[in-house]
Amino acid sequence: MAPSDDFPISRRGLLAGGAASVATAAVARPAMAEAAPSRAPASPPTAKVDFEVNGTAHSLELDTRTTLLDALREHLRLTGTKKGCDHGQCGACTVLVDGRRINSCLSLAVQHDGDRITTIEGLGQPGNLHPMQEAFVVHDGYQCGYCTPGQICSAVAVLDEIKAGIPSHVTADLSVAPAVTPRELRERMSGNICRCGAYSNIVDAIVDAAGVKA
Amino acid sequence: MKSFTYERVDTPAAATAAFARTPGARFIAGGTNLLDLMKLEIETPSHLIDVSRLKLDTIEPTSDGGLRIGAMVRNTDLAADARIRRDYGLVSRALVAGASGQLRNKATTAGNLLQRTRCPYFYDTNQPCNKRQPGSGCAAIGGFSRLHAVVGASEACIATHPSDMAVAMQALDATVETVDKAGKARRIALADFYRAPGSTPHLETALAPGELITAVTLPKPVGGTHIYHKVRDRASYAFALVSVGVVVQPDGSGRVALGGVGYKPWRVKAADAELPRGAKAVTSALLAGAKTSHENAYKLPLVERTLAGVLAQAKG
Repeated sequence: MAPSDDFPISRRGLLAGGAASVATAAVARPAMAEAAPSRAPASPPTAKVDFEVNGTAHSLELDTRTTLLDALREHLRLTGTKKGCDHGQCGACTVLVDGRRINSCLSLAVQHDGDRITTIEGLGQPGNLHPMQEAFVVHDGYQCGYCTPGQICSAVAVLDEIKAGIPSHVTADLSVAPAVTPRELRERMSGNICRCGAYSNIVDAIVDAAGVKA
Repeated sequence: MKSFTYERVDTPAAATAAFARTPGARFIAGGTNLLDLMKLEIETPSHLIDVSRLKLDTIEPTSDGGLRIGAMVRNTDLAADARIRRDYGLVSRALVAGASGQLRNKATTAGNLLQRTRCPYFYDTNQPCNKRQPGSGCAAIGGFSRLHAVVGASEACIATHPSDMAVAMQALDATVETVDKAGKARRIALADFYRAPGSTPHLETALAPGELITAVTLPKPVGGTHIYHKVRDRASYAFALVSVGVVVQPDGSGRVALGGVGYKPWRVKAADAELPRGAKAVTSALLAGAKTSHENAYKLPLVERTLAGVLAQAKG
């Protein structure tokens, strides 16, 4: 997969190019050894999906196996959303679909026809950061930064969930609206793992952003 | 992942008709468990029927004073529903004790019931597993078994059912509503929904191939104090080692169900009757005939102590 023109050469692009060369060398040998023409494998089933990502409409024809995460990263080149475990255990792939946070790795892209998707790129950009992005910078809510896009998308949704009165495991009274407290935030953010251990600064950032919003 | 064809349907009738046309198909809704298993090629459907947009996403009152929860109601929405929080607190509590916020936003009521075991040997395709590959054996028996069943297991399988919500539903006498390939509707008590593993642990529920869950109904509210206590290896986002769900009335009577101990949410009517006599008596009735390994024997005293704590909390 060569980098597209609007995608500057990066370490990631170089690695992808290197992997492609290796793959070519590996398949070339059996083809040369056999005299008979090799038969191309049947192409996998595809399906069409139309959705809106960060305010822009997209129409894609995808291998049905494509996850929403891979559609965003590999087809739309929105690489802010990260692939961590690819099994819904780490939260690095968290995006907002119609305002609700989900693990984009555990969702098929073709199931999102008509949906409105927001990724970290859509929340804000350098020079025009979302208050949550700003707060993560101010409070140093990261170290390596790999989990950060997922943490921020998740955190934005968490504040909306609290505002909507959705209870959590640590909500003491189901008949009382939950509040923005560090305890509530820690519980609600448990689907986002940070292996650098920036958790305390992440909680500080979310508390700060919640104040900004209020 | 094996390749598959895909279609989206708008009605339960279209869903079951699509299944009848395409052998090897699976229904997909939230997909948080199915897609994960497809990535590992533990599930290999040749066709997916997307039922996530079926208009089964509402919670309606029933004629007998209960609630009918549409199969597609998301876990988050069910936990947050004002009637569920007020009258069926056990369901809210169990739901928010499970998974993560992201997963609860996607996972559906029917899918939660149908999620498959998290037995590590079921997930590891290099290991024998009678549930994944009938007849291949069970690597959990004699293996790493601290997470496994202590009641209801067989020589073929000692897997547990991972759902928290189902434990609450079981304590509240929920009923599963379905429609089959011929369009015929039926109701299955949740108590009769999960099949004992026996020699066929790959057959997990009473559903026939192509039968679709349309709703889960709860009978009219039973009042009382609702408590769900989940014991796990970390404070959040982990499956239960054991969990205890109770509804306790002011006179000390009530009902109790356990998670993390068997192939289904574990409830024994005779154990309910022991509630006024305390945790030891209840646990003896619940876990009579338990079979443990040296790795999961801890679950027996853990159930009793968790239940003792819960009953003390219910007294206030």
